[in-house]
Amino acid sequence: MSETVSAAEPGKAPEESEQCESYLEAGGHTLMSWLTTTDHKRIGILYAIAITFFFFIAGIAIGLVRLELMSPRGLFLSDDEYNRLFSLHGIVMVWFFLVPSIPATFGNFFLPLMIGAKDVAFPRLNLLSWYVYLLAAGFACYAIVAGGVDTGWTFYTPFSSLYSNGNVLAAAAGVFVAGFSSIATGVNFITTTHMLRAPGMTWFRLPLFVWAIYATSVVIVLATPILAMSLLLIIAERLFGLPVFNPNDGGDPILFQHLFWFYSHPAVYIMILPAMGVISEVFTCFARRHIFGYAMMIYAILGIAVIGFFVWGHHMFVSGESQFANLMFSLLSFLVAVPSAIKVFNWTATLYRGSISFEAPMVYAMGFVGLFTMGGLTGLFLASIPIDVHVTDTYFVVAHFHYIMVGGSVSAFFAALHFWWPKITGKLYSEAWARFAAVIMFLGFNSTFLPQYIMGYTGMPRRYHVYPPEFQAYHVLSSMGALVLLTAYMLPLVYLTWSLFHGKKAPANPWRATGLEWQTPSPPPEYNFEEIPRVDTLPYEYHPENQGGPFRPQGKVIGGK
Amino acid sequence: MEGFAPKASSYASQWDWFFFVLVTVSSIVVATVFVAIVHFSIRYRRGVNARREPVSETFSNRLEFSWTAGTALAFLAIFWWAAAFQLRDFVPPEGALQIHVIGKQWMWKIQQPNGVREIDEIHAPIGRPVQLIMTSEDVIHSMFLPALRLKQDVLPGRYTYLWFNADKPGVYHLFCAEFCGTSHSRMTGRFVLMTPTEYSRWSAAQPEADNLARQGQALFSSLGCSGCHSKSSSVPAPDLHGVFGNPVQLSDGRSIIADEAYIHDSIVLPEKDIVAGFAPIMPSFAGQVSEEQIIKLVAYIRSLSTERHP
Ligand code: HEC
Ligand SMILES: [Cu+2]
Ligand SMILES: [Cu+2]
Repeated sequence: MSETVSAAEPGKAPEESEQCESYLEAGGHTLMSWLTTTDHKRIGILYAIAITFFFFIAGIAIGLVRLELMSPRGLFLSDDEYNRLFSLHGIVMVWFFLVPSIPATFGNFFLPLMIGAKDVAFPRLNLLSWYVYLLAAGFACYAIVAGGVDTGWTFYTPFSSLYSNGNVLAAAAGVFVAGFSSIATGVNFITTTHMLRAPGMTWFRLPLFVWAIYATSVVIVLATPILAMSLLLIIAERLFGLPVFNPNDGGDPILFQHLFWFYSHPAVYIMILPAMGVISEVFTCFARRHIFGYAMMIYAILGIAVIGFFVWGHHMFVSGESQFANLMFSLLSFLVAVPSAIKVFNWTATLYRGSISFEAPMVYAMGFVGLFTMGGLTGLFLASIPIDVHVTDTYFVVAHFHYIMVGGSVSAFFAALHFWWPKITGKLYSEAWARFAAVIMFLGFNSTFLPQYIMGYTGMPRRYHVYPPEFQAYHVLSSMGALVLLTAYMLPLVYLTWSLFHGKKAPANPWRATGLEWQTPSPPPEYNFEEIPRVDTLPYEYHPENQGGPFRPQGKVIGGK
Repeated sequence: MEGFAPKASSYASQWDWFFFVLVTVSSIVVATVFVAIVHFSIRYRRGVNARREPVSETFSNRLEFSWTAGTALAFLAIFWWAAAFQLRDFVPPEGALQIHVIGKQWMWKIQQPNGVREIDEIHAPIGRPVQLIMTSEDVIHSMFLPALRLKQDVLPGRYTYLWFNADKPGVYHLFCAEFCGTSHSRMTGRFVLMTPTEYSRWSAAQPEADNLARQGQALFSSLGCSGCHSKSSSVPAPDLHGVFGNPVQLSDGRSIIADEAYIHDSIVLPEKDIVAGFAPIMPSFAGQVSEEQIIKLVAYIRSLSTERHP
């Protein structure tokens, strides 16, 4: 504790090993070398490209929706087109962007690096996951091109199984297949974390990002099969008339909701836990201070992952579920909020007596904490049954989960992107532009979604194409916010791409961070480390004393050979 | 429909109060976190002189323990309050006026107790409890009455209930809140609250104001139910007097209370619950009777148990 190994001058030592080729060089530059790679780092990038594509597809869809909603009678879409656009937005954002977002890109890239491994446990399975994801994306694209699907992302029966005239089969098949990709990635990460930790990297020395990805993977592996089953049942009823949900044949329409939310509530944590992991890394690094309550943070992650499985009924308070069930689900939903609250307090306390600087990743991360807190607190409103009865299926709920999923997860995605960009690409981006984009994103986000809370409270139902004119002012505000937000999302695309070609070369450890991923050159060599690192300390040994002075990396690898 | 988030019942006012207390508490929490972050960001920003030595282990443990316990207790308190609020008004009082609602893509069909039918409009009196008995003919819909802060999904093959005691006459929104296909956003209507005198004047002035039970009685004979279910019938079928609202002994040993859902299923899924002592010879009427006709039949069968109270 007391002795502080003064770190190598940032970016100096690793540079000496110029002779080792980076993963971007090794294997060549051909397209083939990328499509057949089993390097977890390259696969992470393949995922990044694919999910960015889908992020903008789903973004365009909702852009059209927001434009349409400027007028209470609609502007240029038919009812069906409108329904298909918001369904497309939901389905693509959830399964083709958010679920794979942080785990499949940064998880893939950094999990092995952070635990001091050469690759994931099953590199070929890893590549297969990506191809399975593409296959799923193919189904989804077919569903879109062939006319779209109009069930919303929730696929409620018996509408989806019997009444919808959209491409439910293709869309459900897409989501079904995407599940296998998630599961394969999850299994891979779990095995990697168990088997490939470097010597000395004990469980209680793992960085919190690793813990978060690990917990997420467990949730993925346990929950996703339920989604697969419920989608199969829809397909069976729609295609073969198997009477599962159709009440006229003795089926139970509510059963689907139980199955769906049994997956989809944990899926919320699949989307937010990795984000929490990222924020922990960033806060501790830019505050130059050991994360406050490291052990508690781990228990919080595990607590969320476990209790998250028992709260699905809070989506069904008005479905006709029994009052007793409602009360239990309400109670458990309050409980699952406790660890999330603890995490917010711990991040805040990490700043105490730190030596804080505000580089772009930190600005994004602080945005996350603000938005996540607002989203989380409105989660308590929704856990209260009487409040939920009024605001469920209104814009209040829409605002709530966008605060978590977009304000939270997407902000964290950008925090991660900026934090690790120098490591991934070996290039530095423009700090000023990055901070500017972070601030615009925060403001654009709030102007899009704050009005939605208010209109939800006043009773504006969600998924409405036309609406009473008294809600128009809120819709217009929200749509203008969405325009700002869209602009903010385009900015990183521009300045990050620019940095690829004109950015300054990044040193190995530009943030003077402690994680193992920083103790190897930027970009890392094909097998990550020249020599397997040896870990001899806790993560996050930052010492703020001398103006953010010395720090102690988790392990020594530098200058190997 | 004037005003910002209009309220039409004392329940809605209490609801608003609860909601805004939560908003206040949340705002305080957000403000506290925000102030702490800003304060630390300024005080401990890089390049500024400040105390930066480690905090003691005991101090941080205590802090961690107290905010964990603190949040857990605070959350439990909110839960308790919300649950009590929810349960207090859950069971409708005796003698509520019963209005039947059928959702179908994309309209609401309403049956007033006196037989008056409405489309996309519910007229109801203030000052007395009113219960909505709802079902759907196709997909799941949801009855949303924002002025009452109430919502309940409307399911196919099942009855769900909603009750209220409104106190402010006016015209309010009625929405379908569960996505149900193409014209979901057009499945809206007017919720008209009237004083009791206005309400009775209104309902008397409607055509076809023959009461539901009487219409049900007519159906009961035209559909041939009376062929089996009457004292004079030669077929052994249970007498339906006094069935509604009372426990029924079933052939598999179970016993259930004969409510709307039970009568509904006796008509369309007769093989589901067989009355003890009878052969399962009753044919299913699924596809032959509409949900509206079922409501009338149920009203008639109910009237056989409560003769004095139509
Ligand atoms: C072919 C003769 C027959 C006809 C026609 C018939 N029922 Fe029945 N019904 C029965 C028999 C026998 C039972 C008892 C066995 C069972 O529960 O299925 C019964 C049971 C019932 C019950 C449950 C009674 C209890 O004591 O719980 C109801 C309610 C009922 N019928 C309503 C109707 C209605 C309404 C119609 C007309 C739409 C109808 N029935 C037509 C023979 C008939
Ligand atoms: Cu949930
Ligand atoms: Cu609807």
